[in-house]
Amino acid sequence: MPLNFEARDRPSGVVRAVAPVVAIALTGVFGLVLFWLLGHSPVTALHAYFVAPVSSVRGLAELALSATPLVLCAVGLAVGFRANVWNIGAEGQLLIGATCGGGFALMVQDFGGAGPCVLPAMLVAGIGGGMAWAAIPAVLKVRFGASEILTSLMLTYVAGLVLGYAVHGPLRDPDGFGFPESKLFEDDALLPILVAGTRLNLAAPLALGVAAVAWLAMARSLIGFELKVIGVAPHAATYAGFSPRRAVWIGFLVSGGLAGLAGVCEVAGPIGQLTPEFSPGYGFTAIIVAFLGRLHPLGIVLAGLVMALTYLGAEQAKITLGLPEAVTGVFQGMVLFFLLATDGLAHLRVRWRRTRPAEAGA
Amino acid sequence: MKTKAMMGAALAVGLGMASAAVSADDGPLKVGFVYVGPVSDHGWSYQHDQGRQAVVNAFGDRVETRIVESVQEGADSARVLDGLAASGHRLIFATSFGFMNSVIRVARRHPEVRFEHCTGYKRADNVATYMARFYEGRHVVGLLAGALTETNIIGYIGSHPIPEVIRGINAFTIALRRVNPDAEVRVIWVNSWYDPGKEAEAAKALIDQGADVLLQHTDSPAPMTVAEQRGVWAVGQASDMSRFGPTAHITSIVDIWDAYYVRRTQEVLDGTWQSGDVWGGFADEMVYLADYNPSLAPELVEMAETARREIIAGTRHPFTGPIRAQDGSVMVAEGETLSDDALLRMDAYVEGVQGSIPK
Repeated sequence: MPLNFEARDRPSGVVRAVAPVVAIALTGVFGLVLFWLLGHSPVTALHAYFVAPVSSVRGLAELALSATPLVLCAVGLAVGFRANVWNIGAEGQLLIGATCGGGFALMVQDFGGAGPCVLPAMLVAGIGGGMAWAAIPAVLKVRFGASEILTSLMLTYVAGLVLGYAVHGPLRDPDGFGFPESKLFEDDALLPILVAGTRLNLAAPLALGVAAVAWLAMARSLIGFELKVIGVAPHAATYAGFSPRRAVWIGFLVSGGLAGLAGVCEVAGPIGQLTPEFSPGYGFTAIIVAFLGRLHPLGIVLAGLVMALTYLGAEQAKITLGLPEAVTGVFQGMVLFFLLATDGLAHLRVRWRRTRPAEAGA
Repeated sequence: MKTKAMMGAALAVGLGMASAAVSADDGPLKVGFVYVGPVSDHGWSYQHDQGRQAVVNAFGDRVETRIVESVQEGADSARVLDGLAASGHRLIFATSFGFMNSVIRVARRHPEVRFEHCTGYKRADNVATYMARFYEGRHVVGLLAGALTETNIIGYIGSHPIPEVIRGINAFTIALRRVNPDAEVRVIWVNSWYDPGKEAEAAKALIDQGADVLLQHTDSPAPMTVAEQRGVWAVGQASDMSRFGPTAHITSIVDIWDAYYVRRTQEVLDGTWQSGDVWGGFADEMVYLADYNPSLAPELVEMAETARREIIAGTRHPFTGPIRAQDGSVMVAEGETLSDDALLRMDAYVEGVQGSIPK
């Protein structure tokens, strides 16, 4: 007896609005059961997860800090995803952006240069690096029809090797006992801190600004409309004279540039140097964030904060309750599962259908 | 358990922190442990957790330990360290090189907390560093591999081309060729400390190239498992890996942090903790060899044990010349021994290693 999912003709606005609330309620209930079964006070556990991380200025700053690279990458990815352009390689573009921006800062440092121009130039180099890396799958797609899902994903691993080469070779700190790390950046190459005593830096408002611009562009510009039509109705788009090639280019350059920006902001922010393992996989997590935010820039800001909170909460639960990695992983999975499942069911109808004899015999 | 304090060693810097003893009415001393991998890796993080358990066994309810496992080396590590410090932990062990700058930054904000950073080189009044002389173990297994190999090809799975790993390859190769001048070492770098899939692939590729002894400087038991299936010898890393390859297992080079962790915890309890740098080997019980494979000939075991005893006694050093560089030129003259500083910066292969170090 197959289970069928059919798109609802007109998803109810009320259901869409209530879906996240239902998800949070379900997470709460199953979380209570999980923690209770493991012998922890469920109230303490949920408090550690969702309240403790954001009950101080430093906690809120950390939340914004963690959400920033996710939001930057996800906003860019959503632009392409809306037009069915599947950039899976934001992680690689992020790494190349960091390498270009960080490499520029280190070069300037070596020549003894400094000044207020270093940081903006770094950000530009980061964006440029990310765009250039994203241009490769775009070219392969429009010229040769190669699946951008595969090429962009595979280039992520190449990007990791490029960063590895840079920090093992030309950009390695000569006084670093041979460890694969660059020198620390000088102050000119670091994003200014916004709240003293925290790590919150200029990248967070930058990400909010990017999301706002993306929202305006998607909702109000012709290009935004084009991308939407190409995604929803490719044939209609062709008749309207909208170019799918242009959509590929826009999707990749925007998402690559923003991923590169996220990368350079991370190394010029909390990290302060180039290291081979500075990204815990922001570019991949951002794919989940993009869908969690329903591909809407403002939804993505919220989704980025929710996602960051699950990471901070997991850390807090490990520190204060001593929960093992496996349990915090299960709980995080539960949060995401319920959020995406309720959202899916708001758009899809489930039908149980009996297998007809003719089909069964075929 | 004997622990030779190496505070006086030439490397020790940044001393001079006078601190009050932790008084009993503060409740138990909270000790935090930050691991880069899962405790279940059966390698690096597992052994650090064994050290934590030794602390629990030694001090009972005078301490309260907390672990945070699988901590990423990016921006997260500073937050975890900060969270431990803010929640009352007064001694924190950070057990991966990648945490170094986070440790230094967080330590500056929390002068009341003592930090212990494994394998790093940056210290402060409240940040000490520690590491083990794993290369002493590599020397002993090099002698055994030289006697056991029939193809004269040794496969070596490297993680990252950093001095610690290159030092291990060199210590192994020098000993190998003292026993068997025709033997050579082939290295495959997997660019990861823990990636069972890549480690297994590297192991298979090396065996296909004719290697009949496998060495690894990565943390998963995957290469040992492959060696067992393919009928070649292998040496385990970080923890005793004999159960993953009972017939393949020559021995394992085991890290033992127990004594160091107990001693440093004791010092915090007594108020005598000071920053410093410890680099301990066989003699300090930081490095240990797992039981030799029972099928090894008694004279081989005797050779290995003699070498181990001589290293402990100080009459043998794995890096005493003559040692030739990869191109045949003299690296260390006869009778001379490399200094600790040269060992810490090692970035070139010795004669007998094939290929070049990736840059």
